[in-house]
Amino acid sequence: MSGYVEPMIGRYVHVDIGGEMHRIYFEENGAGIPLVCLHTAGSDARQWRHLLVDAEFAKHFRIIAFDMPWHGKSNPPASWNGDEYQLTTARYTETIRAFCKALKLDKPVVMGCSIGGRIVLNLAIDHAAEFRALIGLEAADFQAPWYDTSWLNRPDVHGGEVCAALVSGLIAPQGPQAARTETLWGYKQGGPGVFKGDLYFYRVDGDLRGRVENIDTDVCPLFLLTGEYDFSCTPEDTKRTAAAISGAHVTIMEQLGHFPMSENPEQFRRYIEPVLAQIVASAKATG
Amino acid sequence: MFRSSYPDVTDRFRSPDAVIAGNPLERMSSASNATDVAVIKAFATIPALLEQAPELIVRGRFLDCECLLGPTGHPLHASIRAGRIVDLTPAPVLMRSWRFAYRASPAAWAAYWQPAPRPGWHDLLALTKRGEAAIEGDLHPFMTHLQYFKDVLALPRQHFAVAAS
Repeated sequence: MSGYVEPMIGRYVHVDIGGEMHRIYFEENGAGIPLVCLHTAGSDARQWRHLLVDAEFAKHFRIIAFDMPWHGKSNPPASWNGDEYQLTTARYTETIRAFCKALKLDKPVVMGCSIGGRIVLNLAIDHAAEFRALIGLEAADFQAPWYDTSWLNRPDVHGGEVCAALVSGLIAPQGPQAARTETLWGYKQGGPGVFKGDLYFYRVDGDLRGRVENIDTDVCPLFLLTGEYDFSCTPEDTKRTAAAISGAHVTIMEQLGHFPMSENPEQFRRYIEPVLAQIVASAKATG
Repeated sequence: MFRSSYPDVTDRFRSPDAVIAGNPLERMSSASNATDVAVIKAFATIPALLEQAPELIVRGRFLDCECLLGPTGHPLHASIRAGRIVDLTPAPVLMRSWRFAYRASPAAWAAYWQPAPRPGWHDLLALTKRGEAAIEGDLHPFMTHLQYFKDVLALPRQHFAVAAS
């Protein structure tokens, strides 16, 4: 309908990360338990737009999705001089905690996808008590590399085209064409070297093998959901990770790939709805 | 002989060496199975299918490239000019250079061309990750036109299930 205005609102919050103020763009909708959503490497929070406007979820959750610095509408910080961008485990963790603190979120749920799923595991390892529940989509403690990231940022290859073409195969073939195109558009719009810089965390700095065993799901419940068509973080990667974590919930999602929330929102809803319902029920039970 | 049906340039790129190389269906050993034959036949249809996909040709308009594509044991030498496959000849072609090769097992191609490919068999790089395909040579033209090659090599998908059945 022409003139329809979606219920989500977008604003900027100033966040102190590492002693420097960052202007972070976020969108939100709903009221209740804070639910902070983390986008994938090289893209931005638009991936969550369908979840953000879900009227049922918005009854119980304050759904929030923010653009990491260098992504979407969150610019690099003022001090950036053009050096190579590299996301680290420490920086990523600090950014999420600082964002939650800046918005004064009380024990939020954090749901992240891909690198967002990996960092959720790190939050569970080191900061579980700060969160009500943690949800990792396409998450594993480690996964085998399947391409050389140097192709992502070089002057003789179009960065937007190659980033999108690389990840296009991670989308399940059954999803709507428009959703596939939109998911890839996010990759085509990323800044030069940003996807590659995010993957520094994924490939080099964020290997959590041998650490996930320390996750205590009694302190914070952990849900892991992975699409069957994700050959980057495979269902086997997620199952292996979960096998080392007592009490972790695992779901393998059919007809979905690496970007469940954006590549096929309707199919993803079938899987995330029971998880969110469980979190709501638990919140009611504990008062 | 597999030849592009594109009329203006087919003759220009016709090579006598290709004629010597012969039809891979004839060269295949008697041990070759029905899948191998179906895959090679499907590859022969790609130039004509590409001609029916003008939006794909436009995406490849800056691409001129010699490459090897096809089943591991019976690759084809593809000559691409401005996004069109102007020649597709059984390899090897005598003293003809190529920049990169993407070769996969016949089973991998058959799986890739299913209407709804199974997980892990649905993408060129999924096939390389699982060891069913290999990329060799100078990858630059492949990477600059990665989605183009994914889509060109998926063209038989709409017909293969019928042809193979």
